Amino acid sequence: MSQSFIARNPSVLWFLLLLAVFTICISVLSEAAGSSVVSTSFLKTLGKTLCLCLVAVAMDVVWGYCGILSLGHFAFFGIGGYAIGMWLMYERTKDIVIASLDNNILPATPDEITQAIGSQIFGVVGSADFPMIWAFSHSLTLQLLAVVLVPGILALIFGWLAFRSRVAGVYLSILTQAMTLALALYFFQNDSGLRGNNGLSGLQNIPGLEDVSQATLSLWFFWASAVALGAGYLMFAGMISGKFGSVIRAIRDNEARVRFLGYHVESYKLFIFTVTAMVAGIAGALYYPQAGIINPAEIAPIASIYLAVWVAIGGRGRLYGAVIGAALVSLMSSWFTGGSAPNINLGFYSLQWTDWWLVLLGLAFVSVTLFSPKGIGGLFDLWPSRKGDGA
Amino acid sequence: MRSTILAVMLWVSVASMALGQNLQPILQRYAEEIAKPSRNSVGQALRAIAASRAPQTAVFLEQWSEKNVWQGQDGKFYLGTMSDDSLDLRDIDTDLVISGRKGDYKQLKPNGGVRRLIGTALVEFQLTDPDLVRRETAVVSIARRPEAAQLTPLLASIANEVNQDLKLRKTQLANLMSALFAVSAVDRITAITSLSNASSVEARAVLNQILSKSSDVAGTLPEGNIASILNQFEAPEDAYAALVSANLAPARQSQSDIKRALEDHIKGGRIGGFPLGQMDDPLKRAAAYAALSREGLVPVLVTDAAMATTLRDYIFFEIYDEPNQNITEAAKAAQALVDTRVATGQVVDLTLDALSLASIFFLAAIGLAITFGVMGVINMAHGEFIMMGAYTGYVVQLIIPNYTVAIFLALPLAFAVTFGAGVVMERLVIRRLYHRPLETLLATFGISISLQQLAKNIFGTQARPLTSPDWLAGAWVFNDVIQISYIRIAIFVMALMFLGLIIYILKRTRLGLEVRAVTQNPGMASSMGINPDRINMLTFGLGSGIAGIAGVAIGLYAKVTSEMGSDYIVQSFMTVVVGGVGNVWGTLAGAAMIGFGQKGIEWLNPSNTLAAQTYMILFVILFIQFRPKGIVALKGRAAGD
Repeated sequence: MSQSFIARNPSVLWFLLLLAVFTICISVLSEAAGSSVVSTSFLKTLGKTLCLCLVAVAMDVVWGYCGILSLGHFAFFGIGGYAIGMWLMYERTKDIVIASLDNNILPATPDEITQAIGSQIFGVVGSADFPMIWAFSHSLTLQLLAVVLVPGILALIFGWLAFRSRVAGVYLSILTQAMTLALALYFFQNDSGLRGNNGLSGLQNIPGLEDVSQATLSLWFFWASAVALGAGYLMFAGMISGKFGSVIRAIRDNEARVRFLGYHVESYKLFIFTVTAMVAGIAGALYYPQAGIINPAEIAPIASIYLAVWVAIGGRGRLYGAVIGAALVSLMSSWFTGGSAPNINLGFYSLQWTDWWLVLLGLAFVSVTLFSPKGIGGLFDLWPSRKGDGA
Repeated sequence: MRSTILAVMLWVSVASMALGQNLQPILQRYAEEIAKPSRNSVGQALRAIAASRAPQTAVFLEQWSEKNVWQGQDGKFYLGTMSDDSLDLRDIDTDLVISGRKGDYKQLKPNGGVRRLIGTALVEFQLTDPDLVRRETAVVSIARRPEAAQLTPLLASIANEVNQDLKLRKTQLANLMSALFAVSAVDRITAITSLSNASSVEARAVLNQILSKSSDVAGTLPEGNIASILNQFEAPEDAYAALVSANLAPARQSQSDIKRALEDHIKGGRIGGFPLGQMDDPLKRAAAYAALSREGLVPVLVTDAAMATTLRDYIFFEIYDEPNQNITEAAKAAQALVDTRVATGQVVDLTLDALSLASIFFLAAIGLAITFGVMGVINMAHGEFIMMGAYTGYVVQLIIPNYTVAIFLALPLAFAVTFGAGVVMERLVIRRLYHRPLETLLATFGISISLQQLAKNIFGTQARPLTSPDWLAGAWVFNDVIQISYIRIAIFVMALMFLGLIIYILKRTRLGLEVRAVTQNPGMASSMGINPDRINMLTFGLGSGIAGIAGVAIGLYAKVTSEMGSDYIVQSFMTVVVGGVGNVWGTLAGAAMIGFGQKGIEWLNPSNTLAAQTYMILFVILFIQFRPKGIVALKGRAAGD
């Protein structure tokens, strides 16, 4: 079975091979391995990019294969980040608080410790009590479960409501965008219990691993991101290659006809919507410890639209297209807006890339949509000896 | 003739000077109290001065309180002003200049309490002053700090007041002050009852002042005008704190008190016999504290049970500062009526607010109702068209300094600019994507981020003001509760005008007919000689142009930034979807629902606008589940798929 799956999808094997080679090369060149070619901060950028590729693959499945243009998947990504961030922040603050309470004359009671952690974390929003949603923040296992389950359940409820009442097409997009906006606004509130617009910070420090250097930690996270991307890619490739995949693509192309053929379209859509939301949550949980900080601006509706932009530029309906799009656009964005790109002096006007990159990206996006609906991935179709993976 | 009158007036004034009593003898009679006044003794002197009715009294009182009265060695009083170390003296009664050396005269320096009494006496003169401005100032100063003594002069001055406005104001003020200070209880109650028709902040403050009460605690209920008896077990901690501050009970020990007490009594690594290491257990801590208190080293811990027992022995009550129960009852009745009226006013005010929010949503969404609702094109750059309109207004204001002209020029110009932008966008992008609606969304999003960044590059990131002309500044104040700014009224009127205009264009013009034809069936329309390309272009331009005008309106009320469009885009889409796609009335209904809903939620939880937005969006998401086609759903063939 596995043999025939790979045979039918040679691109999967190629992708996994390339990913493995890439990971090994970067690992060898990283600071943790004693080289200085790839700096720790660049390694983090690469690790984050792999996470973005993973969420882009999920987006590609839900949009490119199932035809649901969800403008909420980056919100699921953010929720995953918040879920893991709560544990990271709680544990780290606990370590700090216990260390500082050691100087007291009396040993601290558990209540005092909790109170001190609370005022340390929630002091910025003028509170000291732990809100309900932090009830499990002491447990890594439960928060890891939350990384998957919270986006999953949210997607399940939202998708069930939306698909049940046959909201489709652009209406669904607007509805998912409204959901994202509502989430972002909720997270922005000080009394939501997630520190309002301060967000969660200090996530790059992993409790219990204080002795490990950031260089090594970054490498570990890079590996984890690569493994997650590989596994996610393999899982989605398997999902879309068989009969199930055919139904999904058929729903994209003509939903009514599939329904008349006797398939329960809503269940298929709901399954895809929920699974991709869970994967987005995992990607977020890997991304934010590398980024170090998460705040509600990250899950604003525009982030989810960018996600769609990456997938469209890379090429919808082919998983490697999503990876190419996400990697290319996000890396180029950080290069151009990071100020490291050389400015162009036109004589009468000095072109600052930090100012003009977004203008260019927007226009590039318009032209890709207009002139190359298949995106960059479409270029692979020009390669005569190979066939696309049937998108 | 004129000279005759002048002569007569002169004669009268001279005569009054001559006939009217001189002030100096009276002052001499009370020389001691005036020279060294105290709050208790000066009253008699002031009464005598006031009773003299001498015309120069007001001047004297004013100068006295401003420390411009000097006493000579002969004991006489003079008006004097210091200038460059030399003293200019004038006689009090004749106003003649007198020469004198500074050293021979002593300045009178009444203290603050005395000056206030002088001021009160002065008010009486100011209230009847021939100069309107002075009378008004006197009334304002009384209103700022009403005092019992001012009531009689105020009442006396009403009858002869010639200015009708001021007379009304004086009557009002006298009424308010009667409620507070009238001597007989009947007068006060009459005044209080009449206040129940008011809703002004002043009247409410007076009622509150009459009903001011303090909470107290005692073993038995004392005599007095008791407002209410409190249940001490509703908030036992606070009640106990009241007992403690009344010295009726020992203070409770807070957690930090206990901790400090424990820390103070560490002996050889043990507290009360318990090793220090066990102190991370709250139970052990309590035991150690108990051991310490048994030894008498720390006060006995006041437990919850002990607190409850103590609380049971006392009665907690609120007592009115006003001793007369009839008066407080009347004030309570009046307050209830006023509160009802104020609540009604607040509902009206909230409705006005909601109406203005709804019209802003409507203005932002109406252009979208045409491009998205009628044409089915998702235009994510719609918000940026709003922004372009607002920036057009800003640029026009930069060039033309007259705000009124600028606004009236900006409106058509904003329409022209965004109409042009819309037509260009339709020609270049949208026309190629009519059969791929999802891709329209993404392409227009690309345009949106380009335009946003472009605006940032040109105008910078800081907010630019769009100033409204003077006649739009300020607010229409109905009373102290209901008021609405003129800008909001203007936006409301503008929204109504646009509604009419759009309905007219769509339903009554050739263009509207063709638009509707192309919307329903492009093939059929084109075979009837309509050019769908041209119609689509014009419709899109119209929708975009209206977004530009909306931008000017929104810019007047909010600030102009490059991100203002994205603030409105999701709301606008929801407005259109909730209302029902393809129907202008639907957009109106959607805007009304979202505007009123949001204000309603805000009213329930006023501190949190973000929460109101969040819950409103959730409500809209749920609403769409049950009415997927919106409030006003199209039926039949026009509904499309």
